[in-house]
Amino acid sequence: MSLKQKDLTTIASLSPDEIMLILETADSFKEVSGREIKKVPALRGKTVVNFFFEPSTRTRTSFELAAKRLSADVINFSPSSSSVVKGETLLDTARNIEAMQADIIVLRHQAAGAAETLARGVKSSVINAGDGWHEHPTQALLDLFTMREKHRTFKGLTVAIVGDLAHSRVARSNIYALAKMGAEVRAVGPPTMIPACLDRLGVKVYHHMDEALHGVDVIMMLRLQLERQGRALFPTIREYSRLYGLTADRVRLANAGAMIMHPGPINRGVEIAPDVADSFSSVILDQVTNGVAVRMAVLYLLAGAN
Amino acid sequence: MTTLITGGRVIDPGRLNGPAEVLIEQGKIAAVGQNLLAATGKDTASVTVIDATGKLVLPGFVDLHVHFREPGFEYKETIATGSASAVAGGFTSVCCMPNTNPVNDSQSVTEFILEKARAAGNCAVFPVGAITKGSEGKELAEIGDLRRAGCVAISDDGRPVMNSLVMRRAMEYALAFDLPVIDHCEDLHLSEGGCMNEGLVSTELGLAGIPAAAEDVMVARNIALAELTGARLHLAHVSTAGSVRMVREAKARGIRVTAEACPHHFSLTEEAVRGFDTLAKMNPPLRAWQDVQAIKEGLTDGTIDAIATDHAPHAVQDKQREFADAPFGIVGLETALPLTLALVEEGLLSLEQAVAKLTTEPAKAFSLAKGSLAPGADADLVLVDQQQSWEVDPSRFRSKSKNTPFAGWKVKGRVIRTVVGGRTVYELAHG
Repeated sequence: MSLKQKDLTTIASLSPDEIMLILETADSFKEVSGREIKKVPALRGKTVVNFFFEPSTRTRTSFELAAKRLSADVINFSPSSSSVVKGETLLDTARNIEAMQADIIVLRHQAAGAAETLARGVKSSVINAGDGWHEHPTQALLDLFTMREKHRTFKGLTVAIVGDLAHSRVARSNIYALAKMGAEVRAVGPPTMIPACLDRLGVKVYHHMDEALHGVDVIMMLRLQLERQGRALFPTIREYSRLYGLTADRVRLANAGAMIMHPGPINRGVEIAPDVADSFSSVILDQVTNGVAVRMAVLYLLAGAN
Repeated sequence: MTTLITGGRVIDPGRLNGPAEVLIEQGKIAAVGQNLLAATGKDTASVTVIDATGKLVLPGFVDLHVHFREPGFEYKETIATGSASAVAGGFTSVCCMPNTNPVNDSQSVTEFILEKARAAGNCAVFPVGAITKGSEGKELAEIGDLRRAGCVAISDDGRPVMNSLVMRRAMEYALAFDLPVIDHCEDLHLSEGGCMNEGLVSTELGLAGIPAAAEDVMVARNIALAELTGARLHLAHVSTAGSVRMVREAKARGIRVTAEACPHHFSLTEEAVRGFDTLAKMNPPLRAWQDVQAIKEGLTDGTIDAIATDHAPHAVQDKQREFADAPFGIVGLETALPLTLALVEEGLLSLEQAVAKLTTEPAKAFSLAKGSLAPGADADLVLVDQQQSWEVDPSRFRSKSKNTPFAGWKVKGRVIRTVVGGRTVYELAHG
């Protein structure tokens, strides 16, 4: 089995069946990561290039581990050490990488649409590891995988996504994925952080956190980008934290046993209280573990498609 | 030299709409009517006859808004290639914006543009001068000098004057020369970082939006200042329902305001941006469906006077970038006619109204002695086959740049021949 498409640039382009195929494939790869020898030969002889224009430790490492556990050769490539700073276009740089017979390019880029543009221009498979505020599909897939470990079905599941949704690719990919799988999504944040027409994506918008958390099964906190203070999106970190920070008291408003998620890196004491981040309900580190399995599944299924 | 255009349907908006001949002598319109040759007493051998049977014979089109990129960005377009593109699209008069390098804020740049246009010999080029020095929005440019050198209006174009006091003074000062003051209405704070319309599509694509309010706020300001000063205000490329509403209301109150709309703003919506197509990136951005409807209503009821292209050439390498980094703008001169005629097909404009929006109305907005076939006028005309269907193929454009979102569109209505000052400057092969 494989994915029909050459690339994974958006969740929006996946069908619910394809999402399930990825999650089920990841189930078996999660088992591999628990073995003494964490390696299978599925991608032996294939070359995966991590092409990261933005600093990232978690996602890049996760892709690197995933590729290595599948026995692929991995190259990490970041613009500070490349000709990109010399004015070469993204496409030209990527074509050079492709000319070295890269099978899969994993792209992280600050511009929305970069992965789609690249995918149209090269024959290699392209995996979007985050493009601007647009999408971060493997993050949404690993989030779904993590939710599914506890809740066997997405239908009837209520998920609150809290924070700066306007500038979040994690939020967008999760909204598309959860909507496709039949979950209810609540968007929670100040109006300055809710993008235009968000309700037209089938999302319920809330500005008061206490109200929004009633009856939710999953609380997904987004990282507050502290540098956005001074851009008139919120007055102070203090007030943001009071209005939208996740505390133990607030967790109690949600359904019993609600999962607490965060794509990381977390700002302790800003969007999430330390005791909540470290609590039994927190699956933040499970998300990281599952990220490797899900990325193995995506790499495997795309390599099969080529 | 005498030329006679016979057999066509002449539309000279407000003057004539029906079968007629056009007689051209010494580069001027000598007469429009029936059996003109007999009246001249000349024999047929000394007269060039152009058969326009089955064609429309129209005044040459007037475009209030083009970017010819020279001086400074000749790799995108030159005055020669831009004016060649103009006549291929039926335009015989174009007003070129001052955002060149250097900015057209001085007599010498204006003279340079006019000299290049003369040398190219394609069509009339009317420079638009800057409002402020370097279009920096601070000190007024030498508007009197610009006027004397040949500028027909003033604008800081894509760098709108944000300081309302400077705009007020510019309007007051321009009154002395009866010059229209053009504004590209955009509040640069509201639009900061934006690269497409703010709405559902920008949210889905994760692109920074430019809200309609960024335009509306400045339209409101400019109308208030026009009312205060009595100046002639011309609003470039209006794109929002709010703009149309405010212009309609201002006109009803007798404020001297004119407005133009671009074919892309009534032919496409923000949906065209999906797929991150940089050819759908322009400023103002493609808007929502309701805005497109409002623009069409504004064209129908006369709120919007003119159709202008905002012809904005960019080289392939400029547009082949990430969406947020690509420059704004598309070429428009060679697709404006069929996109305008589509409004006639839709029943929104009569054919004569559509022609007026490309000829008499823009000429009036900037007081240009163009856009008409009155006896004594420059013999600038265009022959159009209203029924001819064709496919837009950018590789055949006369423009140096090919950045159009209309590639592959099947359109109707084609320029067959363009005449400037009595001389054929463009003729469609196999027309």
